[in-house]
Amino acid sequence: MTPEVVPDGGPQRSAVRRRRPLTFDRISFMVVFLGLPLAVFVIFVVSPFVQALWYSLTDWSGFSSKMNFVGFDNYVRLFHDDIFLKAVRNNVELAVVVPIVTIVLALTLATLVTIGGSGTGTVRGLRNSGFYRIVSFFPYVIPAIVIGLIWAQVFTPSTGILDALLSKVGLKGFADYAWLGDARTAMPASMFVMIWGFVGFYMVLFIAAIRGIDPEVFEAARIDGAGRFRTAVSLTLPLIRDNVQTAYVYLGIAALDAFVYMQALNPGGGPQNSTLVMPQQLFTTAFAKGQFGYSTAMGVILAAVTMLFALLVFSVNWLTGGRDRKVRR
Amino acid sequence: MTTTTADRAEFVADSRVPGKGSREGRGVATTAHVALILWSLLVILPLVWTVLSSFKSTQEVLGNPLSLPGKLRFSNYAHAWTTAGIGRYFTNTVIVVGCALVLVMILGAMCAYVLARFTFRGNRLIYYSMLAGLTFPVFLAIVPLFFVLKNLSLLNTLPGLIITYVAFALPFTVFFLHSFFKALPGEIYEAAQIDGAGEWRTFFSVMLPMARPGMASVAIFNFLGLWNQFLLPVALNTDSRNYVLSQGMASFASQAGYAVDFGALFAAVVITVAPVLVVYIIFQRQLQVSVTAGGVK
Repeated sequence: MTPEVVPDGGPQRSAVRRRRPLTFDRISFMVVFLGLPLAVFVIFVVSPFVQALWYSLTDWSGFSSKMNFVGFDNYVRLFHDDIFLKAVRNNVELAVVVPIVTIVLALTLATLVTIGGSGTGTVRGLRNSGFYRIVSFFPYVIPAIVIGLIWAQVFTPSTGILDALLSKVGLKGFADYAWLGDARTAMPASMFVMIWGFVGFYMVLFIAAIRGIDPEVFEAARIDGAGRFRTAVSLTLPLIRDNVQTAYVYLGIAALDAFVYMQALNPGGGPQNSTLVMPQQLFTTAFAKGQFGYSTAMGVILAAVTMLFALLVFSVNWLTGGRDRKVRR
Repeated sequence: MTTTTADRAEFVADSRVPGKGSREGRGVATTAHVALILWSLLVILPLVWTVLSSFKSTQEVLGNPLSLPGKLRFSNYAHAWTTAGIGRYFTNTVIVVGCALVLVMILGAMCAYVLARFTFRGNRLIYYSMLAGLTFPVFLAIVPLFFVLKNLSLLNTLPGLIITYVAFALPFTVFFLHSFFKALPGEIYEAAQIDGAGEWRTFFSVMLPMARPGMASVAIFNFLGLWNQFLLPVALNTDSRNYVLSQGMASFASQAGYAVDFGALFAAVVITVAPVLVVYIIFQRQLQVSVTAGGVK
């Protein structure tokens, strides 16, 4: 965009940077190649984010032109809003449980696939494991809303398959049990659905990460007599540590959202708001109640919690020894 | 990693008798198969049940959930496609996702190319603000975005949805392709310049074809992400004629909650899932490779 635009020639940039003449070709190139995408990005992504910070300090209802600056009133109100605080707690619970269970499950399954094969000397992958990989990955290509809808049907009392199966195996008490309609099970059931949706994807990622480890490392461990369990815990896990951290951050952010899943399973927030999440509350406050200023304040809190979460994961990883590895590299 | 030399010596002393290990190995393999089969069943069973239910009448669905459909009622599919509007939502989705995908790939590649291969003031700033755009939750932007679209008269229109999809998929696309363009050797650019190609020509005839593997991976990611999109259409596209599949499904399901037509609901689910699932099964190897390439970074 500025006149001193110079192609830098990639990794081996030439020592002498020449100024190029400004031709129509170059000017039109920069305007279209950089200007066009940036305009779209600034108008539809950057500007709404910046505006949100301002709206969150007003009492704007959205439909009147009247808008009063109220300072931090919205935030003060949020900290006294029991329903919102309940949603925050639910989100935090989701951000703790969902990533942990997903990662443990995905790691276990990935380990079984990669080092579960028979044989003594070398650690071998499981035979015919391609099938499991393909099947586990199914949920990733199913839209989240559909995953939610399918499971909502599975959990439905009397017409759902879950209660039918449970009574078939003799657990008659569950014949008409409403998994999503009972405050005790609504949240665990919803968590299960999210985990079901996530595991396959992370399993594939972890399989790739484990396959990326030098096989000689495994061989050495096996010759030294380390069992499979020990290999997995003291060898694989530290070696793919960064992948696990990345997975934790992504999963946590997904769990702090959770909007689609909760909307499919319990659009109203569940019995006694047991599955209500911040995004749902934000959405209703904005588009059903028309309290736009107040709802953007919720958005700011959601963003803050998300950042805090990512920061926490990175520092825990760093404190528990993630830094050693980086130094050694 | 944590094994010290002392530990290691201890393990050598403890080394197993050959032969015993192989039986143990087979045991482990069997256990692994059992665990993985159980997980596969957990994934497949709900899907199979959905497909079976899609052929049932509402009476059959409300009767015994474990029973097989009495006959294959393809009328459920016809009902879902026409009366419930899934056909219309499907068309809308194909239009929106198709246009958004093409646009975001072109704009993203252009932007990534400039950011990766040209030095100018503000380059870093633009790149990092795009990265920041990746980490902020869309929910923070959704209310102001509503009014941005309203002021541009794009609210409740398919073009409005397309441009929003493009904008929010842009940071990821740029981030991913940035490294691809950065890795291309500089001599190629110089050769193209010497041969008399302008900047435009250099990009479209030389650089873009070379970034093809990266483009394919991003396209797959973006396709799944856009097909999956729920929040943006639900907030910004409330005219039921313009519904995309995901929101159409949600509204159909909430109506079906009052016992309308269960067979058609399940059929609608199958219609939504089947095309992508079939494409996945055909291209599963490439898809898993690109997901891995993108995710490990």
